Amino acid sequence: MIVHQISVFAENKPGQLARLTRILGKEKVNIRATTIATTATFGVINLIVDDPQKAIKAIKKDGMMVTTKEVIAVIIEDKPGGLDRLTQMLFKENINVNNAYGFVLDSWKTAVFVVEVDDIARAQKLIEKAGFKTLDDDALSAVEPFHYVKY
Amino acid sequence: MYWEKEIETMPREKLEAMQVERLKATLRQAAKSPHYGRLYKETGFNPDDFKSLADVPKLPLTTKDDLRENWPYGFLAVPREELVRMHSSSGTTGRATVIFHTAGDLNAWTNLVARCMYMTGVRKSDVFQNMMTYGLFTGGLGFHYGAERIGCLVIPAGAGNSKRQIQLMQDFETTVIHIIPSYALHLYSVFEELKVDPRKDTKVKIAFVGAEPHTEKTRRKIEEFYGWKAFNSYGLSEMNGPGVAFECPCQNGLHIWEDSFLVEIIDPQTLQPVPDGEEGELVMTTLRREGMPILRYRTKDLTRILPGPCECGRTHRRIERFKGRTDDMMILKGVNIFPIQIEKKLMEIPGVGTNFQIVLERKGFNDEMIVKVEVAQEFFDGDLLKLERLQRRITEELKGDILITPKVELVEPGSLPKSEGKAVRVIDNRKD
Repeated sequence: MIVHQISVFAENKPGQLARLTRILGKEKVNIRATTIATTATFGVINLIVDDPQKAIKAIKKDGMMVTTKEVIAVIIEDKPGGLDRLTQMLFKENINVNNAYGFVLDSWKTAVFVVEVDDIARAQKLIEKAGFKTLDDDALSAVEPFHYVKY
Repeated sequence: MYWEKEIETMPREKLEAMQVERLKATLRQAAKSPHYGRLYKETGFNPDDFKSLADVPKLPLTTKDDLRENWPYGFLAVPREELVRMHSSSGTTGRATVIFHTAGDLNAWTNLVARCMYMTGVRKSDVFQNMMTYGLFTGGLGFHYGAERIGCLVIPAGAGNSKRQIQLMQDFETTVIHIIPSYALHLYSVFEELKVDPRKDTKVKIAFVGAEPHTEKTRRKIEEFYGWKAFNSYGLSEMNGPGVAFECPCQNGLHIWEDSFLVEIIDPQTLQPVPDGEEGELVMTTLRREGMPILRYRTKDLTRILPGPCECGRTHRRIERFKGRTDDMMILKGVNIFPIQIEKKLMEIPGVGTNFQIVLERKGFNDEMIVKVEVAQEFFDGDLLKLERLQRRITEELKGDILITPKVELVEPGSLPKSEGKAVRVIDNRKD
């Protein structure tokens, strides 16, 4: 299953992140995970949110440059070696990870690892074949980290 | 004291009579060029109708666009085999204006540069280090030939390589240098780094600073730092290059050589002449050029004639240090850049949005150009590497065109002010 990650372009200067979170807060969009990649003068803020469509609409309306990207949200075990099982498998299949980040779902039980890859269909098939579960937008929206829905 | 006493101190009346004669000859010579020949025909102008300087406003004006439209040979008044040299205003594609010289033109130009240098005190025994770019730019070869005409030992050092410049000054006991003002300020930090004291460890006494607009304050700073006498030089390739106007030892305005150029100051809006002392656009006519005579050339440089005679005894009028330009040309490190060049290049690059802005900054002693570019909405797909590639490509493409490496910053669409006039595109924060 595929998750839609939101990517926002921002100049590398104070106030840019605050502008974005203000928009999302006002729209009552919940942020699940975020990463920022920057160069000296600009950067890209990546977000996993509970309602991507609503978020995009609000961000666009405010004039920020935003796009969505399909990523895979893989459920892994939250224990030593949990992530390693996934990455070893990706390596074996020669799947290159362009960007990745994770968040804990249920402490010491499950976590989510978000990966951005080139051939998403192939990667998804292989990941699922290896026995990993993946989330879609709806499932992600329903997830309540640290509290919890069983999968 | 004078290189050519008779000409330099010629009574105004006699000088003006000489101008009329030379202008008549120039008008006849210009008729041989395709551009002016056509213009005379179209307007029914007859060079023989020209009688006195009062008739000058009736003569056609010439602009940089005319030179471009007639590129490359449309202004030539002699067969091509008579030419011995070409120069170009700046090495940029599409916007270059080319100027050609015959052997006679070169000789006259060289004499003017020698006259300028001699005026400031340069003599045969001097060692002249020319720290300017040689090549298409007139500042290198123009001064080189002028110094040789005086009989100086010339070191054609060229631009850059600061440590070698200082070494050359010490090794060959340089007494006179030619340098871009911003580079002169930068070079001081290299002197400090090398622990060389320019006052004690070199013999330099005179510096010619030009090719870049600078303030009186910058000049005084250069003189203070180094203990040199710094003289302001003005020139433009359309009127040869250096040697057009130069400061005398009084350092109060630049004598513009009226035996070789007809000088007018006009109101850039009405195009009518303004009296001495009033600011306007400098308009110049070549009075001695055979290969490529140019009539009433609009320099786009703003200045005024300083009224009254100069204490040095020269009768050629003085123009004031330049106030700015009537167009949007930027001068950075001696290179002429128009915002339109940047715009044209940017619009060819996929991923570039609709707006951009140029910010000129002075960082320490270095001038820097920052180009802020809006990213096209459809180009953005969240990939940082792709954005970095775009940034690099813009930098490279601009560098290839304007010859200066700009600092490119990608910004959000809609974040820059919409361009309603070209001036909005450029923010010049350069201060002393």
